[in-house]
Parts: sequence; structure tokens; C-alpha cells
Amino acid sequence: MSKKQKKMLIRIIAAAILLIVLNFIPATGIVRFILYLVPYLVIGYDILLKALKGIKNHQVFDENFLMAVATVGAIALALYDRSGDYTEAVAVMLFYQVGEWFQSYAVGKSRRNISELMDIRPDYANVERDGRLEKVDPDEVEIGSVIVVQPGEKVPIDGIIIEGSSSLNTSALTGESLPRDAKAGDEIISGCINMTGVLKIQTTKEFGESTVSKILDLVENASSRKSRSEDFISKFARIYTPAVCYAALALAFLPPLVRMFAMGLPADWGTWIYRALTFLVISCPCALVISIPLSFFAGIGGASNAGILVKGSNYLETLSQTKIVVFDKTGTLTQGVFEVNGIHHNELEDEKLIEYAALAESASSHPISRSLQKAYGKEIDRGRVTDIKEISGGGVIAKVDGVEVAAGNDKLMNQLGIPYINCHSVGTIIHMAINGTYAGHIVISDVIKPHSKEAVRELKTAGVRQTVMLTGDARKVADQVASELGLDDVYSELLPEDKVNKVEELLKNKPENAKLAFVGDGINDAPVLGRADIGIAMGAMGSDAAIEAADVVLMDDDPLKIVKAIRISRKCLRIVYQNIIFAIGIKLICLVLGALGIANMWLAIFADVGVMIIAVLNAIRALFVKKL
Amino acid sequence: MKKTYKIEVDCANCANKMEEAAKKTAGVKDAVVNFMTLKMNVEFEEGQDPKAVMQEVRKNCKKVEDDCEVYI
Repeated sequence: MSKKQKKMLIRIIAAAILLIVLNFIPATGIVRFILYLVPYLVIGYDILLKALKGIKNHQVFDENFLMAVATVGAIALALYDRSGDYTEAVAVMLFYQVGEWFQSYAVGKSRRNISELMDIRPDYANVERDGRLEKVDPDEVEIGSVIVVQPGEKVPIDGIIIEGSSSLNTSALTGESLPRDAKAGDEIISGCINMTGVLKIQTTKEFGESTVSKILDLVENASSRKSRSEDFISKFARIYTPAVCYAALALAFLPPLVRMFAMGLPADWGTWIYRALTFLVISCPCALVISIPLSFFAGIGGASNAGILVKGSNYLETLSQTKIVVFDKTGTLTQGVFEVNGIHHNELEDEKLIEYAALAESASSHPISRSLQKAYGKEIDRGRVTDIKEISGGGVIAKVDGVEVAAGNDKLMNQLGIPYINCHSVGTIIHMAINGTYAGHIVISDVIKPHSKEAVRELKTAGVRQTVMLTGDARKVADQVASELGLDDVYSELLPEDKVNKVEELLKNKPENAKLAFVGDGINDAPVLGRADIGIAMGAMGSDAAIEAADVVLMDDDPLKIVKAIRISRKCLRIVYQNIIFAIGIKLICLVLGALGIANMWLAIFADVGVMIIAVLNAIRALFVKKL
Repeated sequence: MKKTYKIEVDCANCANKMEEAAKKTAGVKDAVVNFMTLKMNVEFEEGQDPKAVMQEVRKNCKKVEDDCEVYI
């Protein structure tokens, strides 16, 4: 609780106790009036002052003014009637302040909660100077300096590990609880927590350009981009309050005048003025004005805790209306790294064939050769390989342990005059010949991510109507991936500009309110990300380009996160609409009841404060996204 | 030019009013007040001195909501 809140709480309690005690004191007349004035001023003096200042500054329709008019009016009526019922006015002020207090407490609390969720800001960096560790401000560390991160500390700046190995907890960034291993030579991004070993890191960026700064910046500024619902509410609030005030004015004067002149009845001013004052109590749009931005704020906070960064409330809104999801293939649905996927027609053992292939290709740094080395899994002993001959556009011929090994495509085999067997699998085929005889082939292809299929299926259950894949890859590969994943449409062999055209075509053919999301890895599909209704970049850990270009950023590259992001947005928007309908509905009902004289001021203030409390509690629900 | 300022305000509706007031201030191209993070993003018009403009913004905000603060 802040100082202000504590002071307010004391005032609320004091006024409440006074009010209860006064109920048992049988004072009458002017003494009673003065006695009741005490709790009224205790609880409401600031409102009255603010109302006066508001009038001075030509801000007539603010809630302070309304509360002041309503309560002063009620007291005046009680004096006029000689009823001595001042409790109502004091209670209205009291409950109004309780509502205000609760609102400020709840908002402060969720503000803190959400900033705790995003507690990834490092406070210092350890720099080694003259053999001793010194804690310095991360802002002061220059590019290329060596920093030391001890177990339990946050990595403050992006860099490359030059010494040590450890496991890293990336859950604050990705929402993924599984630790990640890191060793010398690996790139490391700020915001991870070092868990086991001491790491020496050479920084590659300044603190301000590091991942952690970018993410914090993004999250902090996220709710500045307002959604349509928020705009609607601020416009509504601007119209609602004056409208209700004029209605109150009309209610106070029109019916009595009509009664007097048209119907010949007594004017009954007291009743109608009382009803008008009730109107004023209901005229504050607090519940809406606070709960809608709070819902979005909580939704964005909850999402970022799950490793999903949403750049603004408007994107959360669009995301919830997503009906078409367009994927890029490589790096999004597939790993984007090539792996040995099969070995066919081989005359030797699989391991032996891979060993020959890996050794023969060992001089090359091509992704194909790297995937062979990865499949081999052991240290490459370059000494075993001699007479390496690269055949451009074909492959390689080399002597491994004195045995002649040829590894390459069909062209190489043709060139060598070796008969080979064609492969029906999809991917890059490496034919192998040992000592001039065919020894089978190795299939290398991009691997589908483990969760891709599940993600596509889940998207359908989450209400996405159409899933599309765009790729520059060969048709055969694309079709196979698409059918395996169960995608609705696939467009292959596209150049980057074709992808933009395809997305525009899809945008043109879709119904107006169905939104199109494009999911890519953010590195080479920035134009498409920008063109779609909403651009989602995945695997953004350490990729600035992706963070810049996309509207929604998934920190890790699990496609299931797309589904989660859509679910979070749906939940958040559901809460927003619930609150809008609930708050406006209750207010309208109370206005009608108030005008008819069924609702008194007590009911009005309960409606006002109660609706606000319920709407705020409902809004906070948007923060809980773990089980979605 | 865009700049971000910390603000202090108690109610969401007051934040909306501050936003309106800031937007109407001379020299301000656009302003967004974020009640949840208590920040005001101000985009200034070309050739304006942010400091001088912000003094005006603060004055105008105080007019619409007495109980607010803009930290310049």
C-alpha cells in the first residue's frame, strides 16, 4: 500500500465508525446536522475541493463534481424536508471512496504483479579488473568486454561464451521451464539465468541493444497502442457522463413542470430532484474506464510470461479474430536444419556409410556436410582423409583410410559411370560409391518440428478456418510436408515477392472480419509479416530483425505457441466484452430504475462501486494464462 | 521526435483526460497516456523544444486533473 492509500484507508474506517456511532445518538435539528457533517467532511473533503477546482478550470463533468453535487444535494433535501436523513449522503461518499480506494489498490497490485513477471532486468554486470570482479552498471560495459556471470545471476548483456559451461534457465524469456545447455563458443542472450557454472562472456552488443532491453522496452510500451475497444470506451466515457448529467437535469425539472402546468398536480420537487441526484451517482463510467485497459494490460503481461510478446492491445484484439493462419515453411513448421533422414540400398553398415560420407565431406562447410558430421556424431579425424577432389555441382571424391569414396548427386555418379538407384524420398540425395561400386544413398532433409502437427490440429479446434503454407522450396517437398501436417493449402516454389503477392491475394479473398495471421521466422519474411493483418515471428531469441518486423513475437520456436497466443487473446477479449456488456447493462438498468423512483441512492452507489469491483476482478483474470 | 515521460495519476478516466489535454497543447503532434504503466509518450512537432512544450503540457494536464503529475 502506498502512503496515499494508507491515509485513505484510515479516512474510510474513521468515517464508517463515526457514521455507525451517530446512528445511536438521538440528536435532532441543527446539532444533528453538524454532527453528520463531521464524517461527511472526513471522507469527502478532497472530493469537494477537487470539485471546486474543477469548476474553476471549466471541467464541470468530472466525477468529483458529480459526487459533490449528488451528496450536497441529498443533504440539502434532507434539510429542506426536515427529515434529518443525512446518512445517505455520507454513505454515498463513503462507498464512492471505497470504490476509488479498491481501484487504486487493485491497479497498483496488478502493476507490481506484471512487472514481477517481467523481472528480467539485470541490475549489474561483473567485469574483471586486475584479477578482481567488479560490479558495474550494464550500461557502462563496452562491446567486446569480457563479463563474468556466476551461478544464480542473470546474463546482463548478449555475447559469446569464451569460457565455462552451464545450464541456462530461459523461462523468463520463453516460458519454457526446461534448462538449456551452454558451452564455450555458444552465443548467449541476456535475460537468461545462469544456473550451474561460472561463464565468461565476451559481449557483442551494448546493454541498450541487448535482447533484455529490447524486450522490456517492447512490453512496457505495448499497451500504448490502443485497441478499438479501448478507443470505444474513451469515446463512450466522453459522451456518457455529460449525457447522464443532462438527463438528470431534465429529470429534475421537466416532470414537476409538467405536473404543475399540464396535469394540475402538486410539483413534488423533492422526489424528482432526489431521482435526478441518483442519476448523477450512476453517471461515473469508472468501471469501464478502468477495467478495459486493465484487461489488456493483464493479457499482455500474462502472454509475455508465457514467452509471447504482443506489441500492443490492438494486436491482441486482431489476434483474437484470426481465422486464417499462413505459415512459412522453413524454420517455422520445420526445423530449418538438415538432418540425415534415411539410408537406402546400402551395401555396408549404416554407421560405416555415414562415417565415409562425413569424412569425405569433412573439408566442406556446407549445411549438407555439417548434417553428415552431426549424424556421424564423433570427432572427425582429418588425417584419415587424403586426395580430396571437389567436383563442382556434383559432390566430392576423396580417399578415406586409403579407400576411394565418392559422395554426391546423380550427376557425379553419371560422370563416374557408376549405375545408381533413384530415390523416392523427398530431400537431398547423396549417392555413395566405394572403390567404384555403388554403395547406396543417404537422404538428407529438413525435419518437421515435433509440435507442428499438433499445432495445426489445435489451431483448427481453436477456431481457425484455414491453414496455408508458403514456401520457396520444391513442390515435392512442400506437398509432402503439407499433407503430413494436415494443412489446407500449400503454395510452393515461391520467390520472396511471390509470398507477398500470395498473402495479398488471400487478404483480398477473405471475409472482412476474418483476420489473416502470417507466421515466419522473421529473418527473410519481413515484408510479408508487415503485409498480413498480424505478423507473428517465432524463434526470436537473439534475432533483432524478427522483433522489429513482427506484431507478435514468440520467443522460442515452438509452433504450439501460436495456438496459445490465439487462446490468450480470445480469453482477454472475452473478458473485455463481458465487462463492457456487464458494466453498461447494469448502469442502464439502474438509470431506468432510478428514473422510475424504484432505485434509491443506496442502490445507485452499490451499482457503481460493485460493478467496478467485479469488473476489475474479472479483468485481472486475463493475467492467468498458464492452462490455456 | 518522440519522448516518454513518467506520470502520476490515480484514475483511468483522469489519464484519458490528460491525454486529451496533452494532445491539444501547441507543439504536440500526438500524445498517448498509458494509465497501466503510468507513462506518457509525446510526439513533438518539428522544431519544437520538448522542455518548453512539456511545461505547457503539464500546465494543461493540471487544469483538467488537479491531482496529477508529469515528471519532466
